[in-house]
Amino acid sequence: MSAVTDTVRVAPATNPVSQSIRDSMVVAQRNLIRMSRIPEMIIYGLIQPIMFVVLFTYVFGGSMQIGSSTSAVDYKNFLMAGIFAQTVTFATASSGAGIADDMHKGLIDRFRSLPMARGAVLTGRTLADSVQTALTLVVLAVVALLVGWRVGSDGDTNLGKVLGAFGLLLLLGYAFTWIGALIGMSVRTPEAATSSGLIWLFPVTFISNAFVDTSHMTPWLRHIAEWNPFSATVQACRVLFANPGQSPSDAWPMQHPVWASLIYSVLILVVFRTLAVRKYRSATA
Amino acid sequence: MPGAIYAEGLVKTFGDVRALDGVDLDVPEGTVLGLLGPNGAGKTTTVRCLTTLLRPDSGRAVVAGIDVLKQPDAVRRSIGLSGQFAAVDEYLTGRENLQMVGRLYQMKAKAAKERAAELLEQFHLADAADRPTKTYSGGMRRRLDLAAALVVSPPVMFMDEPTTGLDPRNRQQLWEVIKQLVSGGTTLLLTTQYLEEADHLAHDIAVVDHGKVIAKGTSDQLKARTGGERVEVVVHEREHIPAAAEVLAGFGKGDTTVEEHMRKLTAPVTGGAKLLAEVIRELDTRGIEIDDIGLRRPTLDDVFLSLTGHVAEAKNEENDEEAVK
Repeated sequence: MSAVTDTVRVAPATNPVSQSIRDSMVVAQRNLIRMSRIPEMIIYGLIQPIMFVVLFTYVFGGSMQIGSSTSAVDYKNFLMAGIFAQTVTFATASSGAGIADDMHKGLIDRFRSLPMARGAVLTGRTLADSVQTALTLVVLAVVALLVGWRVGSDGDTNLGKVLGAFGLLLLLGYAFTWIGALIGMSVRTPEAATSSGLIWLFPVTFISNAFVDTSHMTPWLRHIAEWNPFSATVQACRVLFANPGQSPSDAWPMQHPVWASLIYSVLILVVFRTLAVRKYRSATA
Repeated sequence: MPGAIYAEGLVKTFGDVRALDGVDLDVPEGTVLGLLGPNGAGKTTTVRCLTTLLRPDSGRAVVAGIDVLKQPDAVRRSIGLSGQFAAVDEYLTGRENLQMVGRLYQMKAKAAKERAAELLEQFHLADAADRPTKTYSGGMRRRLDLAAALVVSPPVMFMDEPTTGLDPRNRQQLWEVIKQLVSGGTTLLLTTQYLEEADHLAHDIAVVDHGKVIAKGTSDQLKARTGGERVEVVVHEREHIPAAAEVLAGFGKGDTTVEEHMRKLTAPVTGGAKLLAEVIRELDTRGIEIDDIGLRRPTLDDVFLSLTGHVAEAKNEENDEEAVK
């Protein structure tokens, strides 16, 4: 059998961690090339959050009470952290649909028959989606500035803190992408992945501090909203942006939002990445 | 020592469906095995088990000397797979597809690039190399898919219905490529519904039905098993049928079958061309005018029919095997 194996040009297995990173990058590159060839996907991905910024700012601005203020300017500055966080989480629905689509194509059999790291197909995909999310955030921040959003409107901040807030948003988005990935692999069609990938996001993003001040909620709802992992990131962003609306609260995540955001995101990431990769492997076997 | 592809008692069930019911295979190094069978027979499932895509419920499989169940990753390094559906990314160009596959086979970026260029040339895709594969024709996609399976020149190749859906010209081209590949020493397992294809490419043939190998051997062995040669006569006038039947009965080694509407008589014989000449002389003596006469050896279609009781090709059921999965 030596004559047979001699002809193989494949290098023997290297360090599994470095192989996993390398393979993920190759798959991420594939997905980024795809995105560049389907620019309308990115453009449609931008329209929705931009619409939310404009609609919420001009329709709700002025009739919402933030702390003790009902000023439209305050609501605008309050709102943006919520819209940013909502945008990074809503992106996970299309991510899940993309994975569902991949799983039903012949290409996935090719990937599975290659000596590549098992999780790389999913990791590559989620990383590429994060690049798209980052792009979306940049455009959204520009639109937000145009409609009058300003950091430091309610205290002091600096560039490091602002970038830190965007970092937390990306981490939240990346963690949520793995929930999308798990959904994408659990459903039969990409269409089902899009709808089931969106449904759960509505309660998660609306039972939160993203669009309204939680201090006006019924106590039990307020409790849920303040322990919602999504709220922690929104709150952290408001603190780091020095934007208004950080109502005093007894809930630990609201008192230590940056830590809470980090812990929640890492926890979601680890749990759902493990489940998604396991699902991928069992689909293989 | 087992062959380059070896399987023993492979069983795989999907719910109530027993897709594989104890498949045994042994393909010697450097040969081609044609896996022949109707849709839903278990051909694709067999390939998926051998290429680590599916884990069989029981049984043993060894590919390129490596245990498929114990070391699937090592097997993946030694095989190439080309499936029923061209497994390429339609938004990537041909070159990008091949480079990606090369890199995922753990080649260095430069080596993957060179190999991609080499394969594009070899598969006559160089002109279309930098176009998204979405714009490729069906034949071009299949060629690219095959090229992707050959990126590392794997010692063992699996092709699942490589020419299904291709026009005759593209099929011929693909056959040439496959022949070249095999002459280079690659061991190949090929599934097909086209008996002609198995006859053309395979050293050995295994006929699968209901998840089992029901016959194996060379194409000639299988044909011999089905029965020997036959004389086939088409008479010019319908009223000559009884007289012709009488003649054939004198030479035949069994019952003569008559297809009235086609004025065709068929009788099993032994004696080859010499006997055929005698039959013609006898018919001529009796003044029976004939439109056509010939000595017919059984085709693989006949083999298939006699083994499974149904014909091989059933295009409208194309996706049966898929549905089972």
